[in-house]
Amino acid sequence: MYLYPKWIRLWHLLNALFCLMLIITGLCLQYSGKGRPLIPFDKAVALHNTGGIALSLSYFIFFLGNIFSPNKKHYRLKYKGLWKDMYTQFNYYMFGVFKGQKHPFPVTEENKFNPLQKVSYVLIMYIALPLIIITGWGLLLPDITISRVFGVSGLILTDIIHIISGFIISIFMIIHIYLCTLGSTPGSLFKGMISGYHVGED
Amino acid sequence: MPENKHYFFLIFLVPVLFLSGYLPAVSQEDQNSNDQETEWVSEFYEENEQCFKCHGEAKYSLYDEFSEREVHKLMCESRVINRDKYYISNHKSFSCLDCHDGGYQDFPHPVELRTEEHYACLDCHGYDENYAQYHFEEIEEEYVQSIHAELEEEGFNCWKCHNPHTYHISIRNTTNLHETIAYDNNICLDCHSNFNRFQLLTERDEINIIERHDWLPNQALHFGNVRCIECHTQVNDSILVAHLLLPIEQAVQRCVECHSRDSRLLTTLYKFEAKKQRTRAGFWNGAVLKESYVIGANRNLYLNIISITIFFLTIAGILAHLFFRMKAKSNQTNS
Repeated sequence: MYLYPKWIRLWHLLNALFCLMLIITGLCLQYSGKGRPLIPFDKAVALHNTGGIALSLSYFIFFLGNIFSPNKKHYRLKYKGLWKDMYTQFNYYMFGVFKGQKHPFPVTEENKFNPLQKVSYVLIMYIALPLIIITGWGLLLPDITISRVFGVSGLILTDIIHIISGFIISIFMIIHIYLCTLGSTPGSLFKGMISGYHVGED
Repeated sequence: MPENKHYFFLIFLVPVLFLSGYLPAVSQEDQNSNDQETEWVSEFYEENEQCFKCHGEAKYSLYDEFSEREVHKLMCESRVINRDKYYISNHKSFSCLDCHDGGYQDFPHPVELRTEEHYACLDCHGYDENYAQYHFEEIEEEYVQSIHAELEEEGFNCWKCHNPHTYHISIRNTTNLHETIAYDNNICLDCHSNFNRFQLLTERDEINIIERHDWLPNQALHFGNVRCIECHTQVNDSILVAHLLLPIEQAVQRCVECHSRDSRLLTTLYKFEAKKQRTRAGFWNGAVLKESYVIGANRNLYLNIISITIFFLTIAGILAHLFFRMKAKSNQTNS
């Protein structure tokens, strides 16, 4: 089943690369020290800035794509029965998968994501990423960031929001990559994201 | 989907408002700092006015006996002393004649007074128990090793940085660190970005401070939040402000000197504050947070613990899940 058009695959690949680069350089900045670093601070700053600008552009492409292409339907949450569906999917991940049960929400052209995927993708793409991008620009251009909020440096608050968003996205990435091994074979979903074709369960 | 539109709008509105400054920015310290100045009048005010009536103004007047009329002249800029600045300076309580020769009471001043020998800092502050806590002798020791001391032949002395008529202590009793940083940096810029003064002491070409610091990211932010001496002096533990100005090639250029947990700023700019408190609300180097934020130097202990715990729980959860998956698969294969 052809599920992932070229633009989505290209965006997904770039998004993954930029996120990975930003996580690594971000950690180098946050935990910088006088010892021998993985990436020197000044280079980490330059790479993090470049990666941030690239991620902003890539997000912009995703945002426009999800406005003007049919892909937007996959991000539309239907609140009725959402908690029940999420619980069903959670139950499958926790127990069903060990019992060899079938996916409770098989992938179709109309329903690319299961309920847990849908909610997490919406939260990541429409809350965490905008937050990290906006606060990232705030840190890149500190002159536009409010200097003090209630007696506290505006940069601190901006940076804390940035770091927390970054951490949530990092944890999401780890879980996302692991859950992608739950396809019909451990590598099938990764292959699908390269070829565009999803291989379902027998 | 009209509901979703509102949803997106709100998602973007909050951070945009936050960044663009619509949320109220209140610093009580800033508000209070202006209200605390008290009126102070020097006991030598009237006596000093004899000098200030000419040296406190841009012009002075003298009576020309030959033409029998009063003549107005411009006061040489370097001889003008700003009254307001003098009376908030460290030496505000002095009479002009405490430091200057009594011959200045004659007018016109005798020509030989132009080469009057000035006091040096240690002449009054050195080897005196009253000033022992400020370690003036150690400051002198640092100064003689600094690159500035090499210019003494050309006329460099303490007064070049610490103008006796205007200098006031800033970092020790600051209520607004950013003003203090600007004040202290202006002392350096007074010569280093003013070629007229700079060339009095050196044959070197004019320095363009901005170009010289091209390598520094967020230059304006750095210039507004740290003093020149943070990078251009050798750290000294026993005196509050380091005076050993280093040669240019030894100036700090490694970002991690400041952007790290054992940040250099704690031993320089925030030395005074850091002595009072090492942590604030769980932040490492909390002293810095009062005025600024330094990536890499400010980390929150609680956020660190929470994030590391979540990270390891995630990894442990994934490994456990993987283990049970493999076990289930092997059971299925066997059966």
